[in-house]
Amino acid sequence: MINLLTEKCIACSLCVKACLFDGIRLDGKIPVLTDHCTGCGACVEVCKVGAIVSEGSPAPPPDLGFYRDIWVIVEQQEQGVHPVSFELLGKARELAAVRNCDVAAVLVGSAVGDCTAALIHGGADVVYLADASFLYPYRTCPHERTISGLLEEHKPEIVLIGATCMGRDLAPRLANRFKTGLTADCTGLMIDEQDGCLLQTRPAFGGNIMATIVTAHHRPQMATVRPGVMQAVHSDDRTGKVVKVEAKPDSVDDLVRVLQTVAKPGSGVQLEKAPVIVSGGRGLQGPDNFKMLYELAELLDGQVGASRAVVDMGWIEHAHQVGQTGKTVKPRLYIACGISGAIQHLAGMQQADVIVAINRDPYAPILKIAHVSLIGDAHKIVPELIAQLKAKQ
Amino acid sequence: MASLNIIVTVKQVPDTAEVRIDPKTNSLMREGIPSILNPEDANAVEAALRLRDEHGGTITAITMGPPQAEAVLEEVLCLGVDRAVLLSDRAFAGSDTLLTAFTLSRAILKLKKFDLILCGRQAIDGDTAQVGPQIAGFLDIPQVTYAEEIVFSEGAFRIQRGLESTRELVEARPPVLVSVNAAGPVPRYGSLYAVEGACSGENLKRWSTKELSLSPSMLGLGASPTAVKKIFEPNRSVKGEVLQGSEKEMAAQLIARLREMSCL
Amino acid sequence: MDFSFTRAQELARDIARSFAQTELAPYAQEWDEQARFPAEAIAKLGPLGFMGMCIPKEYGGSNLDGVSYVLVIEELASVCASTAIIVSVHNSVGAYPIYLLGTEEQKKIYLPDLAMGKKLGAFALTEPNVGSDPASIETSAQADGDHFILNGTKTFITSAGTSDTVIVMASTDRNKRARGISAFIVEKGFPGITVGTHESKLGIRASDTCELIFDNCRVPRENLLGPEGSGLRAALNALGFGRVGVAAQAIGVARCAMDAAVAYSRERNQFGKPISSFQAIQWMIADMATEIEAARFLTLRAAKLKDDGQPFAAQGSMAKLFASETAMRAATKAVQIHGGYGCMKDYVVERCFRDAKVIEIYEGTSEIQRMIIAGNILKK
Repeated sequence: MINLLTEKCIACSLCVKACLFDGIRLDGKIPVLTDHCTGCGACVEVCKVGAIVSEGSPAPPPDLGFYRDIWVIVEQQEQGVHPVSFELLGKARELAAVRNCDVAAVLVGSAVGDCTAALIHGGADVVYLADASFLYPYRTCPHERTISGLLEEHKPEIVLIGATCMGRDLAPRLANRFKTGLTADCTGLMIDEQDGCLLQTRPAFGGNIMATIVTAHHRPQMATVRPGVMQAVHSDDRTGKVVKVEAKPDSVDDLVRVLQTVAKPGSGVQLEKAPVIVSGGRGLQGPDNFKMLYELAELLDGQVGASRAVVDMGWIEHAHQVGQTGKTVKPRLYIACGISGAIQHLAGMQQADVIVAINRDPYAPILKIAHVSLIGDAHKIVPELIAQLKAKQ
Repeated sequence: MASLNIIVTVKQVPDTAEVRIDPKTNSLMREGIPSILNPEDANAVEAALRLRDEHGGTITAITMGPPQAEAVLEEVLCLGVDRAVLLSDRAFAGSDTLLTAFTLSRAILKLKKFDLILCGRQAIDGDTAQVGPQIAGFLDIPQVTYAEEIVFSEGAFRIQRGLESTRELVEARPPVLVSVNAAGPVPRYGSLYAVEGACSGENLKRWSTKELSLSPSMLGLGASPTAVKKIFEPNRSVKGEVLQGSEKEMAAQLIARLREMSCL
Repeated sequence: MDFSFTRAQELARDIARSFAQTELAPYAQEWDEQARFPAEAIAKLGPLGFMGMCIPKEYGGSNLDGVSYVLVIEELASVCASTAIIVSVHNSVGAYPIYLLGTEEQKKIYLPDLAMGKKLGAFALTEPNVGSDPASIETSAQADGDHFILNGTKTFITSAGTSDTVIVMASTDRNKRARGISAFIVEKGFPGITVGTHESKLGIRASDTCELIFDNCRVPRENLLGPEGSGLRAALNALGFGRVGVAAQAIGVARCAMDAAVAYSRERNQFGKPISSFQAIQWMIADMATEIEAARFLTLRAAKLKDDGQPFAAQGSMAKLFASETAMRAATKAVQIHGGYGCMKDYVVERCFRDAKVIEIYEGTSEIQRMIIAGNILKK
């Protein structure tokens, strides 16, 4: 319990700055506790004049029993709803079965009213719908404000968001609003049998370490999940309700305006969609040697990728980079030529269906994850592949 | 001419491009890995430098880390950043993204005025992309993420965002936080002219919980909402096949295998 | 005794390494094959402070210490020995002598452009008949009112064709022999100076090495560098420092050769194993590594002595002697380890081998270095 001895206060505002939760503020020169105070005592420690004291027993841990239900924040796309939202609803249904609770979807956007049916079929018991023109295209402030209001009011236990550009922009802002935990890019979500908390498994260090994260004492437990990881469900029989939510614009929204949206040029590199990727690394020894990769990629109806090292050296543009600071790809076939397989790179391609590695070094790490390895000189093997593929045509 | 007060948050990270898997134990070899400036932070610094070169102003770089993190501050001072601040204290250890963002935001408040906060989209060790937006949250300012290009004109920032399949042009009024992608401006080289100044310490401050007026007990691992329950290495090994023979033979075998696996 | 580098030294080295990786490495082979001066790379080095490393900030330099200088040259050389020597010559014997010996007027006129890389500097001592015995130079400088008239030919001059200013040693009084030699700051634009044959060399091919022909070349009196008759001493002092840079260049080449050989030995299999598992190869690698380590510390020591204001002529000679011979041995071993591939232009060790041979000879042959070292010991 925090007690304020206001007569001692000198309005230096050190307490305000020390508080993580916006739990104390200065009303002019008078300190005031807000609803957000958690009794942590950070302000007590920094006050130099003893105007703040901690009395009685420490604040009891918050009653987490208030929080119920699994929510999915839905993402509006140019055409309807992003597939990841359905994948998350599928997962949410699974988690709800264990927690014995409901699933809700939050759809914030413009002219999206006709998507609610699909969301209900996809697993939502309730769809909270905020539909207004100022809500599309997406901007952080109006979305965060609208959704925060709902989260505050309904107190879901778990909130799931797609780890898309929009989701990764929005989720941390929401988590910040509630000073709660957020785990990014989860590949696994399940409920802990013992305490009912959400166990969030995610890759770190570029996917070569897996960590299971828990948000034990804060709610909601928030997680983002990459598209293609979870499984959508669908049932035409399912029913649910739609709750219309009023969303009000605020002047702060217009500090950010979207002026223009253009599709990325089609002739550009679209590695994420390529069924086959032929990639080159330092082992190719020079930018000229990428020519044969383009030739091979074309024969296989694929695209050319590259490791970070050769992009940094200027051999090929960044758009081709596969890896942690490049693109994550899941092609049917990934052929790595002269790439040693630093985890930087593996992070971006280890999910390919079939991985072929061509490398002179028999100890190159990439060989450990390759389905087929050719230990030899890419400068000789690739031309052979090209010649033999051409002969068969 | 406008003069911009720019803050850039940077992080020292292990060079994951150099981290290898031990072939005997099949686990990550993390010792002796060189530390580098997080690649997307370098793009953010370059964006800051270009804005300052065009409009004038000051760039302050901040990092939160152990004492050796000073190395990345010296590096960005060599790139042309004007001042640098190291936030270092044992109490910060174990901070998750929320606590990291909180600590950084308090340091930013201590620096007082800013028009723009730039950060890299995400760090290559954590990969969360959360700290930037959470700083914006604590400071209660708008944010624009996935920036590839930023210019300033007529009192507002014009930002090109690179999203999954679209490009967005966004206008944002200061103060605002912008996170920059790897497709952002190509970082320049450090200048030897700046080496002496960068290492002299005259443009580098070190702050602990004391200067930030934060209580150590309410930071770091203890205060973080998320906690790591378990770390494990994924089942990595694939029963792969190593082809034998001449290049010609291997090429032929590969084509046959790929046909079998319906990849061709 | 502290063997660690200061942060400033590490930063300088890292900056050089990063630049070399992106701006030099992709093109070094092409420049060597075409014997093409790396103009674009040199142009980028100026604004980054690489062309004024030994010059204080007040004259436009980046004011690095000797140790940083040596680390930078090594990094450049580990990727392109030619770029390294162009930078080294410009810094140590093209610009630095003007800082050491010039009048305030001369410093103000010449140093800023040189230090910022807007102009390229060279140094001309060697002649067709005069290599190791510089006291015998034949290029003459005849006083004529407020000018000197230079006549003669200089040969094997690094950056002769591409430079803007050259420090030229000429004899102002043949009778005084060594004490009759003077140094001049000569601008390429002065009348009577021609650049001669561009030599096609065995190694260091991207650096332009040509003759400079002086035919009644008129040099203003104000361009006399240092007092008349002090030129040879100035030259030898300048070369003393230049030598340390060349030692660093040699270490860079040696390191490049060794790294290539080590990588190759891991990948190349014979008799069912990587050749790195054979003792013969392992011993070659051990010898390379040991000599490179020794050469590096010799060079750093010479640089540190200079930084501390101590005499370093003998150590500089030891460094150049040992480092250049190390580079030649390392490159030879590296080619051997590569087997047939070591003779192919596709493999970098082939270029290391040719570059190392030239480094063993220029900037003072091994024989001269031995003379200097012995002279230094025996005179005591």
